[in-house]
Amino acid sequence: MWPIFDYGRFVSIISSSDVYGVVWMRSLAQLHKMANLRVLVGVKRVIDYAVKIRVKPDNSGVVTDGVKHSMNPFCEIAMEEAVRLKEKKLAKEIIAVSCGPAQAQETIRTALAMGADRGIHVEVTGKEYENMTPLHVSKIMAKLAQDQEANLVILGKQSIDGDNNQTGQMTAALLDWPQATFASEVTKENDHLKVVREIDGGLETVKVTLPAVITADLRLNEPRYATLPNIMKAKKKKIAKHKAADFGVDLTPTLEVVGVEDPPVRQAGQKVESTEELVAKLKDSGVV
Amino acid sequence: MLSTGKLRPTLGLVRRPWCAAAAGIHSSGRRLHNPDEVDLFDFRYTTPFVKNLFVGKFIREQVFPFPRLNQQDYDQLQQMVDPVERFFKDDVDSAQIDTDAKIPAETLQGLKDLGLFGMQVPLEYGGLGLSNTEYARLGEITAIDGAIAVTLAAHQAIGLKGIMIAGNAEQKAKYLPKLATGEHVAAFALTEPSSGSDAASIQTRATLSDNGKHFLLNGGKIWISNGGIADVFTVFAKTEVVDSKSGEVKDKVTAFIVERSFGGITSGKPEDKLGIRGSNTCTVHFEDTPVPIENVLGEVGGGFKVAMNILNGGRFSMGSSGAGIVKKLIEQTAEHATTRTQFDRKLMEFPIIQEKFAEMALRAYAMESMAYLTAGIMDRWPGGSPDCSVEAAMVKVYSSESVWSSVSEALQVLGGLGYMKEYPYERYLRDARILMIFEGTNEILRMYIALVGMKFAGDILKEKLKELKRGNIGVILQTVRQRWGSGFGMGPSHGFVSEDRFIGDGFKAHPSLTAGAKLLEENVNNLGTMTETLLARHGKGIVEEQLVLKRVADITINMYAMTAVVSRASKAVVMGLPNYDHEVLMANTFCQKTYNENMQMFHDLGGENTDAAVQKIGKDILKTGNYIAAHPLDRTHDFDNIDVVPPQR
Repeated sequence: MWPIFDYGRFVSIISSSDVYGVVWMRSLAQLHKMANLRVLVGVKRVIDYAVKIRVKPDNSGVVTDGVKHSMNPFCEIAMEEAVRLKEKKLAKEIIAVSCGPAQAQETIRTALAMGADRGIHVEVTGKEYENMTPLHVSKIMAKLAQDQEANLVILGKQSIDGDNNQTGQMTAALLDWPQATFASEVTKENDHLKVVREIDGGLETVKVTLPAVITADLRLNEPRYATLPNIMKAKKKKIAKHKAADFGVDLTPTLEVVGVEDPPVRQAGQKVESTEELVAKLKDSGVV
Repeated sequence: MLSTGKLRPTLGLVRRPWCAAAAGIHSSGRRLHNPDEVDLFDFRYTTPFVKNLFVGKFIREQVFPFPRLNQQDYDQLQQMVDPVERFFKDDVDSAQIDTDAKIPAETLQGLKDLGLFGMQVPLEYGGLGLSNTEYARLGEITAIDGAIAVTLAAHQAIGLKGIMIAGNAEQKAKYLPKLATGEHVAAFALTEPSSGSDAASIQTRATLSDNGKHFLLNGGKIWISNGGIADVFTVFAKTEVVDSKSGEVKDKVTAFIVERSFGGITSGKPEDKLGIRGSNTCTVHFEDTPVPIENVLGEVGGGFKVAMNILNGGRFSMGSSGAGIVKKLIEQTAEHATTRTQFDRKLMEFPIIQEKFAEMALRAYAMESMAYLTAGIMDRWPGGSPDCSVEAAMVKVYSSESVWSSVSEALQVLGGLGYMKEYPYERYLRDARILMIFEGTNEILRMYIALVGMKFAGDILKEKLKELKRGNIGVILQTVRQRWGSGFGMGPSHGFVSEDRFIGDGFKAHPSLTAGAKLLEENVNNLGTMTETLLARHGKGIVEEQLVLKRVADITINMYAMTAVVSRASKAVVMGLPNYDHEVLMANTFCQKTYNENMQMFHDLGGENTDAAVQKIGKDILKTGNYIAAHPLDRTHDFDNIDVVPPQR
């Protein structure tokens, strides 16, 4: 007499092979769950970090014409994390997204060369692009995440030109998804992610259920070089082109940049011999 | 063949149907450049550019407009430049490599992972299938570390090139995939103790075994780059060949693909060198190494041609590599010149320093223009594989000497600091010295350039002479016009100087470059006449007149440089590239300077020069084996005053 075990929909006769059969089906189910992440990664085209920034003579912005651009370093780290998830067989597809002018396609191509499967270019040009803010971007990212049925969005914590540190947080809020920002370590555990965050006080470990938004901090990983053979293979990968209107996002500016200036020239410091002198000087300058 | 008139293309004609098929496939399998642009070559001009200069012909369609990539290829190339530049900036410690005389294994692996070991290997064998232009562009970056540049070049520009150009399908399929990923490293084994420049005199032998299934290789090679780390060698050895017609048994060079695993191969210890110390250079000995007959590259007895084709193909990239080094040096040195103060002024305000920087910039400009012009001609030639060996040799000679002088000047700007090991200038100088020696010494290449050109001119002139004798009026008039005109500096126009009209005809220099272009045109006519004069004067004996040939080579190298510079500056103006006015100034200045040098050399060739005297001095010294002149303090014995009483002490 073989006892019958009812696993909901599965009816199996227990025998030595069936036990393993059930375990096997269960781990299949888990495996299926494991490699089910569809990751959306945002990559932004910014002025290269090594370039000396110059302010335009009319103080309306910085000089971008003819200046070397590349992928935002934190976006590279985000992209690298997504690729590592795919290599660990936890992610099954990586989509790289960039909002910007035609040249943003170069940044998407770099992401494809690093390991993304396909790209989406949301074309925003001219004045609309100059006035674009994280709110606009996060609305686009949120809509894309829903349309593409992504269950993980990884972004850089901030861009080195805007330094806003808002897009990830806003995207999560618009999607009503949990967020883990300033991630320095991401591990997948069953159906949630364990994320170590770098915060002012030290390190904080949080659990976020999927779907979720993660923003990458500096020490999350070391991005790989896009090797030349991969760059050539990336040519065959597709980049879909869209406009912001396709996602129902209105790009009317919400902010106006009044002026951009160079930081003030640093004043020379003064050396003091003793604490009394220090206090005296502080009193003189009216600081104390 | 008149050079003007009926062969000028009509405006608006963009595609010539019978050239359409030619705008297609590069030998690597990838699409050629600018398939949407004008097909420039009339099949009646079957010779690439420079040889025609020797007969006073300037085929403008081959060099105007300056070659360019289509947008897609250009974008992809820019994409590839970034990771390579970052790798060399962040992960390559040149100073350490020079001190240790070794490239660390991680760095080598990083280069392999990036794909830099198979840049020109076709895509189907796992390489990147880059065209010559793209290869030259990446060469600008790899040149930043001399040892790495030489290791890469020894592996792919010569080591595996033989398999690519002379190998059959089985050899390619067997060896190229692993070589492209860098799993196997290649080396080129030609030089022997008694055979450097004289490659045909090698003594390594390959004798066919009794069963006819393999050759036994015996001999020794020296100074083989990658000799100690290579797994696959392209070895050149003498084999007995029976001449099919006369039945004579001769010794001819054959090329072989030899794997280290065949056995009997020993590498010596790495040589301790002046520069490129990180590159592995050693002796390689073959003792009864069995090489299967399937591994013969090309035909038995056809090895010399294989060797020459391999070497000719890689030379042009020295122009872009050299320019890469010099441009970087200009940036580093300028930082010093703009900050260092002496005599209450910054160094950059002194004209002598300004001249040094101008000289470096002009040379870099010329080097890269020549390199990319040559690469462009090679990549776009309808049907592929033109014989650009003379152009490539010119680029090599000019670049090696320019890099040497530029690095020396840069070091000079820094003065004592440049001499210190803390700064990289002394390393760049040591690394640059080899450029004039390897890949064909500059002396040999100058002879090659001059003799190939002279032979080309000689063959054509023989034809012309026949026509003259037959009384062909057209040829007579043309000859008279050429000689009469060039005597007044007003020879026939070659159609590339824009006088006033420039309506989209791409085969002319832009009007802003008329100054330089006119000087070039004058030189072209001068050269045409001079070649005839020299051939008439020396005949076949010109082969021995090396000092004459050296001047001819220098003149033509200068003219090719002027052409490249004018063409490139033209393109900059027409396209409206940033700082095009600076380029125009550089181009015109370069042409004026080089024209002056050329005129001096023409003068020496035409009339009195010191050649005979110089040769006599050299011969006398070499006969005695040392410096002959008496010491400055030597005197004869003073017989007249021998009885003078010496002063009392």
